Amino acid sequence: MELGFIVKNLKLMVRSGSENLTVDVNGGYVGDLLSDVIANSKQGDIWITRQIHQNIVAVATLKDLAGIILVDNNEPARETLEKAIREMVPVMVSELPCFETAGRIYQLIAAREK
Amino acid sequence: MPGKSADKKPSFSDTFSVVGGNFDDAGRVSSRIKGILKKMCLPFEVIRKAAICTFEAEMNIVCYAQRGDITLSVDEDRIVIEVVDQGEGIPDIDLAMQAGYSTSTAKIREMGFGAGMGLMNIDRYADDFDITSEVGKGTKLVMIVNITEGS
Ligand SMILES: Nc1ncnc2c1ncn2[C@@H]1O[C@H](COP(=O)(O)OP(=O)(O)O)[C@@H](O)[C@H]1O
Ligand SMILES: [Mg+2]
Repeated sequence: MELGFIVKNLKLMVRSGSENLTVDVNGGYVGDLLSDVIANSKQGDIWITRQIHQNIVAVATLKDLAGIILVDNNEPARETLEKAIREMVPVMVSELPCFETAGRIYQLIAAREK
Repeated sequence: MPGKSADKKPSFSDTFSVVGGNFDDAGRVSSRIKGILKKMCLPFEVIRKAAICTFEAEMNIVCYAQRGDITLSVDEDRIVIEVVDQGEGIPDIDLAMQAGYSTSTAKIREMGFGAGMGLMNIDRYADDFDITSEVGKGTKLVMIVNITEGS
């Protein structure tokens, strides 16, 4: 499913990488520990986190993740945003907490697969 | 590595330096290295393993050393990533390799590092991994990822 569809459905606020919202998302990963995300996320995953430090952009590009969703209205740090714009990595802000954000996206993907 | 690779000339070799304590630019060398491997059209899984190992090693220089050098060598059948740093060194390597063991500060943890999974990840994703360290001097890692088709 297109990332843009998730953005609309969850009313995510897109802070960077709007040129890459047509990317296909088939799964996701939830985590705040970078070592965990680096090791266990899969290419194309949407990453849900509360980390706002710019290293999340490095992790997302290294793992070819579809984008990063910051939960609970957490805004990216200024350097994070600058880097994400430069690297065209979608960083989005969800007003929902982590559990709800992940749950809704999971449902969207599961419904689509039926 | 000289001697070991004397019979096999690497088709590519380059060294990148990493500055300790600079969290703002962390991951830069790993990204560079991934880009180089991608251009070589290596199998996806090979690049993935090398990227994970390089990232963890780079982050350990940033967290625990003053500086370090990461050398990437690629020949026909393997990637060798050698990481040498000038830093605090590791007093007990067996302990450091344990999942969850970390001496990271609160500041490091706030940024999402310091979960104590780095060396464990390297051990898991490198096909061959060697680590030596001298307290007060520095640490050296040799990580090898085999290039096998279909991996
Ligand atoms: N290059 C290094 N120099 C000094 N100490 C290191 C180095 N790499 C790892 N260590 C030590 O080993 C511990 C475990 O490392 P690691 O598994 O990467 O987890 P983390 O970095 O999350 O603590 C670190 O907390 C640190 O004490
Ligand atoms: Mg580490």
